[in-house]
Amino acid sequence: MKAIRILAPTLYIIFLLLPIYWLLNMSFKTTNEILGGFSLWPREFTLANYAVIFTDATWYTGYLNSITYVALNTVISVAVALPAAYAFSRFRFLGDKHLFFWLLTNRMAPAAVFALPFFQLYSAVGLFDTHIAVALAHCLFNIPLAVWILEGFMSGIPRELDETAYVDGYSFPRFFTRIFMPTIASGIGVAAFFCFMFSWVELLLAKTLTSVEAKPIAATMTRTASTSGYELGLLAAAGALTIIPGAVVIWFVRNYIAKGFALGRV
Amino acid sequence: MAKITLDQLAHSYVPEPKDDADWALKTMSVDWSDGGAYALLGPSGCGKSTLLNIISGLLTPSQGKVLFDDRDVTTAPPEERNIAQVFQFPVVYDTMTVYDNLAFPLRNRGMPAGEVDSRVREIAGMIQLEDMLDRRAAGLTADGKQKISLGRGLVRPDVNVIMFDEPLTVIDPHLKWQLRSQLKALHQQIGATMIYVTHDQTEALTFADQVVVMHDGQMVQVGTPVELFERPQHTFVGHFIGSPGMNVLPCKVESGTALFEGHPVPTIHSLHAHPGGERLELGVRPEFVRFAEDGIPVRVTKVADAGRYRIVETSAGGGDESAARHTIRLLVPEDDTVPSGGAHLRFDPAHTQIYADGWMIE
Amino acid sequence: MARKTTDQKGWLFVAPVVALVMFNAAIPLMTVVNYSVQETFGDNVFFWHGIGWFQDVLQSERFQAALGRQLLFTGIILAIEVPLGVAIALAMPRKGIWVSVCLVLMALPLLIPWNVVGAIWNIYALPDIGLFGRVINELGFDYNFTQSPFAAWFTLIVMDVWHWTSLVVLLAYAGLSSIPDAYYQAARIDGAKRWAVFRYIQLPKMRRVLTIAILLRFMDSFMIYTEPFVLTGGGPGNSTTFLSIDLVKIALGQFDLGPAAAMSLIYFLIILAFSWVFYTVMTRHEGN
Repeated sequence: MKAIRILAPTLYIIFLLLPIYWLLNMSFKTTNEILGGFSLWPREFTLANYAVIFTDATWYTGYLNSITYVALNTVISVAVALPAAYAFSRFRFLGDKHLFFWLLTNRMAPAAVFALPFFQLYSAVGLFDTHIAVALAHCLFNIPLAVWILEGFMSGIPRELDETAYVDGYSFPRFFTRIFMPTIASGIGVAAFFCFMFSWVELLLAKTLTSVEAKPIAATMTRTASTSGYELGLLAAAGALTIIPGAVVIWFVRNYIAKGFALGRV
Repeated sequence: MAKITLDQLAHSYVPEPKDDADWALKTMSVDWSDGGAYALLGPSGCGKSTLLNIISGLLTPSQGKVLFDDRDVTTAPPEERNIAQVFQFPVVYDTMTVYDNLAFPLRNRGMPAGEVDSRVREIAGMIQLEDMLDRRAAGLTADGKQKISLGRGLVRPDVNVIMFDEPLTVIDPHLKWQLRSQLKALHQQIGATMIYVTHDQTEALTFADQVVVMHDGQMVQVGTPVELFERPQHTFVGHFIGSPGMNVLPCKVESGTALFEGHPVPTIHSLHAHPGGERLELGVRPEFVRFAEDGIPVRVTKVADAGRYRIVETSAGGGDESAARHTIRLLVPEDDTVPSGGAHLRFDPAHTQIYADGWMIE
Repeated sequence: MARKTTDQKGWLFVAPVVALVMFNAAIPLMTVVNYSVQETFGDNVFFWHGIGWFQDVLQSERFQAALGRQLLFTGIILAIEVPLGVAIALAMPRKGIWVSVCLVLMALPLLIPWNVVGAIWNIYALPDIGLFGRVINELGFDYNFTQSPFAAWFTLIVMDVWHWTSLVVLLAYAGLSSIPDAYYQAARIDGAKRWAVFRYIQLPKMRRVLTIAILLRFMDSFMIYTEPFVLTGGGPGNSTTFLSIDLVKIALGQFDLGPAAAMSLIYFLIILAFSWVFYTVMTRHEGN
């Protein structure tokens, strides 16, 4: 029994890591070598693919664009979700339950449904091909998620904290920023993590709403695959680099991953 | 029923314990007789839960032996020891009814359905849950769930020992005493050995025939509640039991007399030999200190009203400015006057003890 | 739990959220509804079409085929990922340094952009230069996901399992971690076997997290677009054309506004209905 307990997660992790290894493997090979033969590690190790990405503006701006709109989206989503979650957790107001439910239904909307309408909407307001467009578009499903997570955390904080602060003379803004937010810091971390995650990985809307200026790395990669033939080595390097921000973020929130899931709505 | 023997038992959570601090339980040997009601009393971290888990088999001790009726069970798992344990918060199987909860341990051991039924109903009657047998366990209040936990322990006919690990922690205060008296009544009814772990002296002293006071991984004293009160073997016992606790004052012994701040104090000991040890103290409970015409000079500093008596704090010592002052507390009945300013105290010799390095001397 | 007071200023607090979400949801939704009941012959001239598009879509073989494929895909995904995720969570260590390491490594696939996921598997499953594809072919199977629908499905499923099972693992692990030791100790004392511990203690305590996990996986797999698009493009033929892929083809590819809009609404309603049913069934015992 003990053996299975060690074997199962180990095998699973190996299963998870193999494709990533393969990607890394190819990123350090030239496209010729990749197409020419099959080898478990690079025969001729090369950094040329990475060099291209770091020097060619069409490539590295892709990353910059992606990071920009993801950061924008995370900040906006969490910032507007905080007061809303507070209201849901502390107040009863007309239509509050329905509003909460309606928010959650937005998470159930397929991006495909919104592709064309968004294209028309954002073009109409002149925001086509901007970072803010993608950031706002992603708000559609990130805000409900952020509100949902934050409300869960906030409900765990007793009302007495608020009341004590008022008795002590805190104004609401001061109370919120100085006392309340630090208390739910891990909740904010979890919400921010999920917003980052869903915005970083989403492709359809990001591609639909951009063309040149705010083109995300995802779009650059698909362009490469189709137009200039399969520059596999370059593609692999580009893909490998997209994993890094995600890995960094998980590393920072690693202590909260299990705790955060548990403390919040679950 | 079982007689429980702990033989040179000690436990450390660290794989290579180096010094005293690494040992959660320091070497101890004790016999507990069949059918008794015992309490393990001590503050958090004193090792009482560790000891409990060793007895129940959830933990294997680093050294020493555990014997049930002279059978070595040190490495035997809980299911082979015929013990039952009630935990700090109620542990019930939420998806089952109360009936199924109580029947669970019996069914796991393959008892036939007829016997299971009669046994479950019998126990349910004892703990007053017979009307709730068909209810889902998740729907009961905290005290109801604790009763289910207790019931699951009682339902097995071969249970030797029932252990309680601070079971009243989540119970509402006004229900606590109710459950406590029910436990006491149950003990008289069933006669199984019961070991009750707590940090609350009221719970311990009202439940148990014999109380084991633990401090820092050691069994400091084993005795009846009266013995612990009247003759504390260790200054810790004096502190911990009684409210307020025993006064502990530094003293010297010269020519067969105990001296506090230069004043002779009669004690229960006949001090023929000079007691060993580095630190000598004398202990006397506030109940046994009285104002008198002469004796130890003190200054009254505080009077607190506790209803039928008052707790008076006095300050002694300080012959010269640099010497520390010692606080001595005493209880004064509500009708007596309390002098203000300077006064004198006398200690009842029959209840004044001397301690060397914390332990009472012979 | 926090007490609530009735206070209409709550609306002030939720106003930014409502504004942003409505901007993104209400306006497009209105557009979609608008298109779904109208017909155009170009030049921005629209005619009322009633429920015509809806009928067309629901009766079209193309839609029904896509829906069927989608249901099959989602069903298989749920049947694999949920038990697998729970099993891995059960096997994982409860304490120690390996916990962090395991969690971080397992979370990695969740943070890879979806097109990169598709691209990774695109190459990884190629029969000549991909490790996965090569190995399977060496084992004697004739495996080529660009040509065989079965291979395409197989690859998609393995890819999705690779991509998303960790979400179930993380959620299940969080649920398991919240079970106090005393429950396991009591079960030992009660003489319960391993299976009984799972059935009476672990599974009930994980009910909430599992509901969320199943709901999330259902919704996300039903809406899946990017990964299969990058991997197979919906092919070979349209053997892997799921609902989203089909919808985007009609909407952005053919610009058939009416049918696309009607299909969008039907799609959304299906998800809503399923989710509602799931949610109700799974929480019917909650009570409080």
